[in-house]
Amino acid sequence: MSVPRRWRRPPLLIANPVLRYSVYGGVLVYLVLAISSVEVNWTRIYEGLDRGLRFIEGFLVPDFTTRSRDIWLGMVESLTMTVTSTVAGILISIPVGIGAARNIAPMPVYAVCRALIAVSRSFQEIIIAILFVAMFGFGPLAGFLTLSFATIGFLSKLLAEDIEEIDESQAEAIRATGAGWWQVINYGVQPQVMPRLLGLSLYRLDINFRESAVIGIVGAGGIGATLNTSMDRYDYDTAGAILILIIVIVMLSEYGSSQLRKRVQ
Amino acid sequence: MPVSIRDGRPVWQRRTPARQWAIWAAWLALVVLTVYCWQVMNRGTIWAFVEDAPQQAADLLSRSWPPAWHYLDRLWWPLWDTVNIATLGTLLGIVFAVPVAFLAASNTSPSTAILRPLALFIIVASRSINSLIWALLLVAIIGPGLLAGIMAIALRSIGFIGKLLYEAIEEIDPAQVEAVSATGASRLQVMDYAVVPQILPAFSGISVFRWDINIRESTILGLVGAGGIGVQLESSLARLAWSEVTVIFAVILVTVIVSEWVSAKVRQAFI
Repeated sequence: MSVPRRWRRPPLLIANPVLRYSVYGGVLVYLVLAISSVEVNWTRIYEGLDRGLRFIEGFLVPDFTTRSRDIWLGMVESLTMTVTSTVAGILISIPVGIGAARNIAPMPVYAVCRALIAVSRSFQEIIIAILFVAMFGFGPLAGFLTLSFATIGFLSKLLAEDIEEIDESQAEAIRATGAGWWQVINYGVQPQVMPRLLGLSLYRLDINFRESAVIGIVGAGGIGATLNTSMDRYDYDTAGAILILIIVIVMLSEYGSSQLRKRVQ
Repeated sequence: MPVSIRDGRPVWQRRTPARQWAIWAAWLALVVLTVYCWQVMNRGTIWAFVEDAPQQAADLLSRSWPPAWHYLDRLWWPLWDTVNIATLGTLLGIVFAVPVAFLAASNTSPSTAILRPLALFIIVASRSINSLIWALLLVAIIGPGLLAGIMAIALRSIGFIGKLLYEAIEEIDPAQVEAVSATGASRLQVMDYAVVPQILPAFSGISVFRWDINIRESTILGLVGAGGIGVQLESSLARLAWSEVTVIFAVILVTVIVSEWVSAKVRQAFI
């Protein structure tokens, strides 16, 4: 048997050659089918290039002044919605999260809480917003409810996983002193999960602001509504200004929350 | 550990009084801020509509049940389009995100003065703007349809994949890079043999994770005209055909669950 003189690099991801080539083949067939089903209207794109240029111009030379009142109102709605919904979401997430942790909650409570989390996580904010707008009418209250609901799914799940991963010996030590259920939670569990809960809450504050910029498109108030209106009016200078504001606020809040998280954790 | 004297006996406390007061003040400030925001937010709320809500909800429920299952026949094509938007958008996003990530990682970036801040800015800008807003812009520029949806998903994915990938690149083991460069390998060969194998599992995981998120997001892009099942949702909502909306929600729910399952399986296989 001849020994190969040249070293050949082993395949990186899938070792079995039959499986590897069939995966490649499947991907290729899918790509051909998928790309061929995309209809592209080149004349429409060509006509749109002019608008694209105007939009880029609007982004480079934004107009903050003409619609400053609308932008201000939208921003105030978005920011207040973000704060209230994050606080309300956290307040509800804590009991739900405790209920969804297998190591401290009884089975029926666990099932109910996990079901609530699954429902909240599987629907997009936009879809929830459509339903809440239909029920509560247009405006930031519908947005507040949407974001609070979405916060519950996110925070409770992560909190529950965190509680499931705590150091059991600490909870057991508290239990051994004769502490009741509440005391075990308060002295054995809470100190262990608190730093991460604070970090996650700040992170969710970020996400809620970003989402508040979107749900306005379906009528739930906030800066998204202003942005949608300005796009409908072909007022790209204002749209550019709003986008720049969103980017700046997200950058600031991301920087601020990372600084705060460093101090807390 | 501060100890105060009470009734002539030392009593242990966890915090100094000043620190205790500071924590109380922070909580008070948070409560005040929340109440103030609540009041500002609800200045324009018409409470009559809110009191009406349970009735509206009951009405909505009665109109959306039973679901119009026959409508399902007209949802298969939009569903196929939705999956394509997510998949092609993710692929396109990866194509742009990989070079951006290599430029943004401090250990592989060719110029830390100009290119790295630029790459970081691209990542932040792409991450701050939701794919629905990207779709809103793109529909205005290149017209409604699948292409706008694919590009919106791609533009949003650049920031997500780019950020997680450049963090993975910065965390690689430098000893392997040194070993490969010690053999006299060129810059590109170092990338190929020392950097890429180390980040490949993370990269596959991140991409599949983003694909899963993109499936969720592509279901609603149609609301602004960017193709997929959202177009059907928009038209059913506009006609107040809530029994069709129920069917669409059911289809979206099943799709999301399946994609989450697929992504969890694939990530398990890679990592």
